[in-house]
Amino acid sequence: MTEPALEVRGLRKSFGAIVASDDVSLDLRGGEVHALIGPNGAGKSTLIAQIAGALRPDAGSVRLAGRDVTGLGTAARARLGLARTFQVSALAMELTVLQNVVLGVAGRAGGAWRFRGAALRDPALVRPAREALARVGLTGEATSVVADLSHGQRRRLELAVALALKPRCFVMDEPLAGLGADGSAEMTALLAGLKAQAPILLVEHDMDAVFALADRISVLVYGRIISTGPPDAIRADAAVREAYLGDAS
Amino acid sequence: MRRETIVNAALALGLLAFPLWAHWAGEPFYITLATRAAILALAGVGLNLALGTGGLVSLGHAAFFGLGGYAMGVLAWHAQMYTPMQVFGMTVPGTKSMPVIWLVAMSGGALLAALIGALSLRSSGVYFIMLTLAFGQMVYYFAISWPAYGGEDGLSIYLRNGFPGLNTLDPLQFFALTYAVLMAVIWGMARLRASPFGLALAAARQSPARVQAVGIGVFPLRLAAFVLSGAVTALAGALFADLNRFVSPSMLSWHTSGELIVIVVLGGVARLYGPVAGAVLLVTLEHVLGGVSDYWQIFLGLGLLAVVLFARGGLIGALAGRAVAHD
Ligand SMILES: Nc1ncnc2c1ncn2[C@@H]1O[C@H](COP(=O)(O)OP(=O)(O)OP(=O)(O)O)[C@@H](O)[C@H]1O
Ligand SMILES: [Mg+2]
Repeated sequence: MTEPALEVRGLRKSFGAIVASDDVSLDLRGGEVHALIGPNGAGKSTLIAQIAGALRPDAGSVRLAGRDVTGLGTAARARLGLARTFQVSALAMELTVLQNVVLGVAGRAGGAWRFRGAALRDPALVRPAREALARVGLTGEATSVVADLSHGQRRRLELAVALALKPRCFVMDEPLAGLGADGSAEMTALLAGLKAQAPILLVEHDMDAVFALADRISVLVYGRIISTGPPDAIRADAAVREAYLGDAS
Repeated sequence: MRRETIVNAALALGLLAFPLWAHWAGEPFYITLATRAAILALAGVGLNLALGTGGLVSLGHAAFFGLGGYAMGVLAWHAQMYTPMQVFGMTVPGTKSMPVIWLVAMSGGALLAALIGALSLRSSGVYFIMLTLAFGQMVYYFAISWPAYGGEDGLSIYLRNGFPGLNTLDPLQFFALTYAVLMAVIWGMARLRASPFGLALAAARQSPARVQAVGIGVFPLRLAAFVLSGAVTALAGALFADLNRFVSPSMLSWHTSGELIVIVVLGGVARLYGPVAGAVLLVTLEHVLGGVSDYWQIFLGLGLLAVVLFARGGLIGALAGRAVAHD
């Protein structure tokens, strides 16, 4: 069997008295969508930040395609193939849509150290960027400034930048956050098409999307993973229902 | 054509036409004024890379400006005294050649910026401002307390330094030289800003997390920008000292850093020709208001306040509207 794309072992992180990650272990296998669900404040974003390298864990390790990356920073992990999207869009707001995606292509190519030659005139940067924009349906907005985009368009742009990285795995923090019903359905369809390209660790509150997309689900409560399994098993799990899903589902 | 391109062209042509008119009218003083504006603009162009594009508000750029000035002063002083200097055990003669002086100034500026940048760029916001101010003041006090090169009194140079093929003592020719340097640097800046490096630097100002997430380290990016910025500002410092044939610690003081920031903010932060607009405006105000009132800097302060409050793009922004993406 091949190594998991992502392997998290025994992560711990506390903020004062709050234990945001309490001995968290999980992995992401090739070709799967692994959803991470849990109530507000459970520590999902904190976990994502540690996986992406933005936050140092107090203990534990993160492996990317078999390689220990615990000591590496965000940029180094991204270069090794980890593409992260943010719960609150992190984009260069004054730049255009195309420029944001070109930045992704350039980063993947290690190309930020080129001081000459216009980025937007380099087909090796622009062509993959336009392809990524086409996949998320933003071709028509290529020259718009990000600040002028709607919330839904920004969520899709985040995805396009992640795509431009041609990653080994996606780590997404609530890609559906703030989208309406139509937007959520569109985004769900987009994500379904992505997993053929690379596995996705998906943090999401939208249960329709989670159960439609996920191959496995982990439930995080108070920093602890209380259950991991296929969607049906999670739906049936009494502890999960009590802790999180409520009796409605 | 884009409106900003037209405004930029008008500025470039205006800055060229004014000293030509002064020459024709027999007013060499105005040529000197234009030269001063061009040199301050160059210093501002250097600062604008860090402050504007990079979002690194440095209150220590006088260190680079003054270092360039002292590179000129020290080299020319040794040449005019016919006394070589000792550098790391080697005997090196002084020089009156501008290209050599510029090279020394830019290398020195880059080195000092690498040092200050490496120590300050891990911090951000107010801490970064305070750290750059502190390092700038250290260089200032070092110059004041170092008696070999004039200490507080500074250094005077009898004759302006030379440039191959030009008579630099002729005001118009010296202006043409500084103007050519300014235009060449602006051209380089335009290319730099459009390059992948420039794109990443601008993006890092707006969202560092985004830049890290695509695999680009923000710290080395900013350090490189700070080094280039310091080198350009040091070059301007060498020219400024040559214009006055004098260099003193006042070039290193935090007032100078503040003045450079004023130039960038007045003209338009992160706008390619912002420092040109800002320098022209500042030199004009200095000349016109300085004659009317000793307290002209109060008016300058009020003007600055107005720009910050009402015209965020500075003069360029007011004339050309919002910045549009360049390719
Ligand atoms: N930098 C920080 N300093 C102190 N406490 C923090 C910090 N970041 C997160 N926390 C706390 O850690 C806990 C987990 O927060 P986190 O943002 O990871 O939750 P989450 O599961 O992503 O929630 P949500 O569903 O609302 O996005 C919360 O109690 C939060 O207040
Ligand atoms: Mg969260």
